[in-house]
Parts: sequence; C-alpha cells; structure tokens
Amino acid sequence: MNFQSNTKTDFKVIGTRVPRPDGVDKVTGRALYGADYNVPGMQVGLILRSPHAHATIDSIDVSAAAALPGVKAVITSADLGIPEDEGLRDVQDNCLARGKVLYDGHAIAAVAAKDVATAKAALKLIKVEYTLLPHVTDVDEAMKLDAPVVQEARADESVPAGSGPNVTHFCEFGHGDLDAGFALAETIVERSFTTAATHQGYIEPHACLASYGNDGKADLWCTTQGQYFVRDLCSGILGIEGSQLRVTASEIGGGFGGKTTVFIEPVALALSRKAGRPVKIVMSRVDVFRATGPTVSSSMDVRIGMTKDGRITAAEAKLRYQGGAFPCGTVDMGAQAAFAAYDLQAVRTQGWNTLTNRPKEAAYRAPGAPMAIYAVESVVDELCQKLSLDPLDVRILNAADAGTKSSYGPTFDQIGLRATLDAAKAHAHYQAPLGENQGRGLSCGFWFNFGGNTSVSLAINADGTVGVTEGNPDIGGSRASISMMAAEELGIPYEKVRTIITDTSSLGQNDVTDGSRVTFAVGLATIKAARAAIQEMCGRVAKIWGIDADAVVWEDGCAKPSGPNAGDFEPMTLAEIAAISSETGGPIAGHHEVNAEGAGVSFGVHLADVEVDPETGSTRVLRYTVFQDAGKAVHPDYVEGQMQGGAVQGIGWALNEEYIYGEDGRLQNAGFLDYRIPVASDLPNIDTVILEIPNPGHPYGVRGVGETPIVPPLAALSNAVSRAIGVRLNALPMSPPKILKAVMSKD
Amino acid sequence: MVAVKLWGSLRDLAEGHDVVEVEARNFKELLDALVAKYPALKPQIDRGVSLAVDGLVYRNSWFTEVKPDSEVVLMPYMKGG
Repeated sequence: MNFQSNTKTDFKVIGTRVPRPDGVDKVTGRALYGADYNVPGMQVGLILRSPHAHATIDSIDVSAAAALPGVKAVITSADLGIPEDEGLRDVQDNCLARGKVLYDGHAIAAVAAKDVATAKAALKLIKVEYTLLPHVTDVDEAMKLDAPVVQEARADESVPAGSGPNVTHFCEFGHGDLDAGFALAETIVERSFTTAATHQGYIEPHACLASYGNDGKADLWCTTQGQYFVRDLCSGILGIEGSQLRVTASEIGGGFGGKTTVFIEPVALALSRKAGRPVKIVMSRVDVFRATGPTVSSSMDVRIGMTKDGRITAAEAKLRYQGGAFPCGTVDMGAQAAFAAYDLQAVRTQGWNTLTNRPKEAAYRAPGAPMAIYAVESVVDELCQKLSLDPLDVRILNAADAGTKSSYGPTFDQIGLRATLDAAKAHAHYQAPLGENQGRGLSCGFWFNFGGNTSVSLAINADGTVGVTEGNPDIGGSRASISMMAAEELGIPYEKVRTIITDTSSLGQNDVTDGSRVTFAVGLATIKAARAAIQEMCGRVAKIWGIDADAVVWEDGCAKPSGPNAGDFEPMTLAEIAAISSETGGPIAGHHEVNAEGAGVSFGVHLADVEVDPETGSTRVLRYTVFQDAGKAVHPDYVEGQMQGGAVQGIGWALNEEYIYGEDGRLQNAGFLDYRIPVASDLPNIDTVILEIPNPGHPYGVRGVGETPIVPPLAALSNAVSRAIGVRLNALPMSPPKILKAVMSKD
Repeated sequence: MVAVKLWGSLRDLAEGHDVVEVEARNFKELLDALVAKYPALKPQIDRGVSLAVDGLVYRNSWFTEVKPDSEVVLMPYMKGG
C-alpha cells in the first residue's frame, strides 16, 4: 500500500458541506473566549497608558498605588529584565515602555487589584513625569532627514546611506532592463497613492488570565492565533523555561493576523508573579485601537508602460510603509507581491520601512500586499481606460502562468491566475449593464501562503471513533477541515471524528495560525497521521490473518486482502479493529510532526459594481463577485466564508476605515462609532466562484485561501469608483468627503 | 556549484552581484557558503530568509536539496497574517 500518495482526486468527504463543529457552542454561548476564564482568587489587571505621542519617562512613582488597600501588585518595565534578542526586546518594550513612550496609548505600568474600581483608583495614583518630544505620525514626514527621531539607530544594513533617521529597512526586487522596457511603451502612466492604517477589527478584544505559582510553574489562558508563540515570547520575557509555562488558547473571536503577537500576556504573568494570585486582563475596545497592531499605512509611486494593444513593457513601484514605533519588514512582502500577477520582462519594486509615533503594526491578512497591489492595479486600470482596452483582456494578456519568472524571483509552477481571469470573463457579472453614476472595477490579488512547524496526534478510540489533537487555534473553520481530512483518509463518517486544539504542554511545536497555513499544513500532518494509524491497523490485521502486512490494503474504512493471492478473508472495519486493539498490541494512534513546505501560491480576481451619489460622495456597493483558486476546497462553506470575509474587510479598507491622528499625535477615532467598518446593511451578497487548480505539494491539492481575498478589494473598489465619477482616485479610504471633492474638482 | 539569485537590495552586500555561485548540496550549506563568501549578508541571513528551489518556497528546512541545475532564489523570510 502506498502511504506517500499525493494524487488523491476521488473524494467522499472532502468537498462536502458538513455541519460546523463549533456552531452550537458559538450560538448558545457555551464557547469559552479569552475573557470567559475565571479562577478562585483572581485579581483584576489594568494598564496605565501614555497620553502623549512621544515623551521621555523621567520618573514613575507607584508607591501610592501600591499602598492602596486591595492592590496586590504594581509593575513597570523595571520589573522585567532586558532581553538580549532585539526582536524580543521590542515586543517587551511595546508591552511596557522602557525610558520613553513612543505613541499615544503605549503601556507604562500595570496594577493587579481585588476589583475593577480599586484597580482604576490605583492607576490614578501612579505619578508619571514626562518630557514631551516632537512626534511624527505621517509616513512621508517620518522619512525626511529632519524628522523627529522615534528611536535612535534602528536602521539595518540594507538602508542606503543618506536616508532619514527613521528609515529602518530597504528592499528591492525585480529583473530586466527598465529603461529598455519603458522605451518600448506607447503609453506610460505614473501615479502616487496613499493608504491609511486600518485595524483588523476582530470582535473579541485581547484577553488573558495568568496564574504564576510559587513553585515557578505558570499557566496562561488567552485569545491568540498561536499559543506556542505566546509561550515562547512570554517565557523569554519572564525568564522562565518553556516547559514551566503552559499556554491554552481560548475560542477566538477573530484575529486576522492581529493576534499573532502579545500585548497583555507578559504583563498579566508579571503581575501574577508579583501578586502571588491569578490575574486577568481584558482590553477595552479603545485600548485595542490605541495599542494593538493596525496595519501599516503607505505612500507609493507606480509607473507602468504599455503598448497600444495592452502589453506591459515595464513596471516600477516605490513603496514607503510606516509600521509604527518599532522596525518591521512588512514592506518586503508588499514589494514582492506588487507585480506577482504579471508576466513581465522588466520590473522593479523598491520598499522602505520607517518608524513613526504610532502603535507597532501587526499582521493583517496578506500583510503588506493589499496596498501595493492597490497602487499597481489602479495604474493598470487607468492605462486600460486611456487605451480603450478591456481591463480583463489586458490582465489575461499579461497574466503570469506556469513557467513565468515571477516579479520576486522564482519561476511559477502550476498557478490558477489565468483560470480565475477566464472565469471572471465568462461570468454574467462582467457583462451586466451599468446605470448612471455606476462603475465596475476589477483587480487581481495574490498571496504567497506557507506551511511551517506542525504537530498532529490522531487516536483510534476503542469504540471506533477518532480523536485528532492539533495545536492551531481555529480562526477559519480548521477543526471541520481537519476532521474531514481524517475521515476521508480513514474512510469513516465525518461525524466519527472530533478535532480539538490543545495546550502547549500536550503536543509538539506548532507555528502560529497565519500565512493561510493551517488547512494546508495541519491537514497534511493529519493525513500523514491517519496513514500511520492505517499502517498500524493493517499490520495488526495481517497478524490476525497470518499474512504479510503488505498483503493488506485499506479501502473504504476497512482492512482487506490485497488480492486473491493474499487469501480469502472478510474485511475488517476500523471499528472492529479498534474494538480488539487491547488484544492485538494496545492503543492505536498515528502522529506526524513536520515543518511543512510546498504551500502553493494563491491568486484571485474580484469584480465590484458601485454607485456613487454625486451630491454626497457616498458609495454603495451594488454587486461583488470573488473568483479564487483554492487548490481543493475541503469545506466549500468555509472557503466561501474566507472569500466573502476578505472582500468585506477590503471594502471597509477601501471606503471608510482609517486611523486618524490629530496635531497632538493622539488617535482621534479609537472606537467603532468613529472608525467605521462595514455592517451587513452596507453590503450586497458577496458572490463566490471557487476554482480548483490542485497544489502538487498537498496530498489533496489544498492551497491556503485565507489571505488572498483581502488583496483585490482595494483596487477593485477604487477602479469602480473612479470609473463611476470619471476621476481617477489615488488615496484610501475613499470616504464621502474625498469623493465629493474629486467630483467637484471635475466640474 | 549552485547559482543563487539574490534580491536586489542584497546586491551591495554581495560585492555588486545579483547572482552568486556557491558550493552547496542543501539549504543549510548554501546559507553557510553565502556567509563565508559574503560576510555582509550575515545580518540578513541571521534575521531569516526563505529559499525558493525550482519554484517552491522553503522557510527553514536546512536539508532541502539543491542541485547544480536547480533554480535557486533567496527571498526574505515569509510572514503572514
């Protein structure tokens, strides 16, 4: 029997729409989120935050707070060491400021008290003396030579001499002769763009409960996309061994990349260690906006040359990203992704990351890609308009395909871009008529996807059911997908399998739930774990039958003789084998540990129809269709959900969402009343078309689908609005005042 | 020898070369050889890199085989959300 097969195409469970395993818990309130954990003796933790955008901390006096009855502990950065590792030091300094506050909302001190009222009173008793410093929150201002210096000497070796003091990183990608390419162009468009910082907008605020014992053993329950990463960061900051800190991930109320680091968890642990009591911290929505990671904001220049028949001859982009008060490498991803959809002979992208007095950026679905591709796809659309070319035909003419040398270096293998473009071209949406003040926009999107460290254990229970234990929080339906893959491989009903997500002490290392990796990597490990269990079951049946193990095959959930020569035996079901496992050698299980590689890249195409009210500048999305290559859609409902969710978040990014800072460097709109995300009444149904171009790196052909769908909406919406009003727009969000200004400038 | 395509901003750290040749049979040997030949690349390699081998991107896998005729592209360490 071949246990390494990568060619399965005939599925019984994969591709069906089985019930969600978490559905009942979530709609009945039984699911336990980060704030739902409580233990006896628990104290309330609260954090004091900077009211200034940039200041030195001259002194902190916590004596009065510590003396307040009911207060069990007060901590500052002085209660933590200084990690040698620069990256870990940045994480810690973001959790509790050391020496300087770097943005409005930066944490300074924390208290643990018997109740909320006492904790709030204690915060007011903490005396902090500041010396205010000049601040900068705008990306272009921050890059200037005379900009206020956010942190000294944080540039890495990539930064060219003569750059501004806040520039921390530079990158460049591409190939070919740009000058020669532009010389071949018959039309060249060069434009500049800006995008605002946006928040991931997860409904569940960050929350955790820490219990640090007198024996040095600690437990942490928290909402996170990666309990192992939380353990690694917290144990490093607290100076304890990883084995002594057990981290359990709660049910998660959204993450989208924003829960791939820590903000409050080390603080809660340090408070618990000092108080000798469990400590719970739950962030307010205001604090989530002020102090957790939004995405980068950007300023970009794009130049593209095209022949009159639509062939791109050369393309260039310059991307400037600000990622808040600490260095980040997000511009690397944007610069690589910018032109990934195109087969280009001459292409170059350059990127700069700069510091500002804003919160440290965190990942947000396809970090760095949406803004870069927004700028590129806007210029491509303008070229199509200038040359009176069909924008889909131009994408098809220039589309990257198998064998294309990508704009970031590697040559593509099988990819699904052309299939998604062809599907969009053939779809009724593309031919539907438009009315007055209406416009249609489209954009390609791309994300890399990756695999990573993954551990899975699969137990065959004596009653013939199966338990799968994995270590990645379920943010997009992975428990269903993992159970489905186990059921498919074992040949048993989906209902016989239950998948749970375990704590850091119960399974080997698992990377964070990010990079659209879980269905690919955990699925791959689950299939391999199931195959290991099957191999064991076939071996035991062979012994029962008295034949060689390789004369037993696994089909339809049964061990069978491999052929007439193997003997005449009645097939044994998984349940029958499990029932006698004690007599045949003991419990049966399979496990697999891997640093999964081979994740296939993912492309998508979005079509958007909008109507703009020329009197108010308000935009209404009339129709929206997402086309995306999923490799193999394990559970189509969840794949469609990812496609719809990404589109909705991208629509918000395009039309309304933005971090607004005042002249004082303070965030002006830290709440959902003033930071407007789309609600159901703002949206049409998001139609979806799933393409399935199998990924050869996965046994079932799976590709990650979680990040690509947030990439195209920015340009799809901008192109639609630009066509609707007859003016090209170059800044996000396209809020009504900006659109109205553009409409009036036309007149 | 394996030809390794560097991304553009590494050019100055590799004596102006876009493509460098090193003796290596796998990912780990390739990184070691790059650092030995061009020490200025060490900070970036220590921060993390990915390696695309014949179109497939690997993040950490030291024992990923590279062959003299493989297309090998050094890339920044992949991050996601």
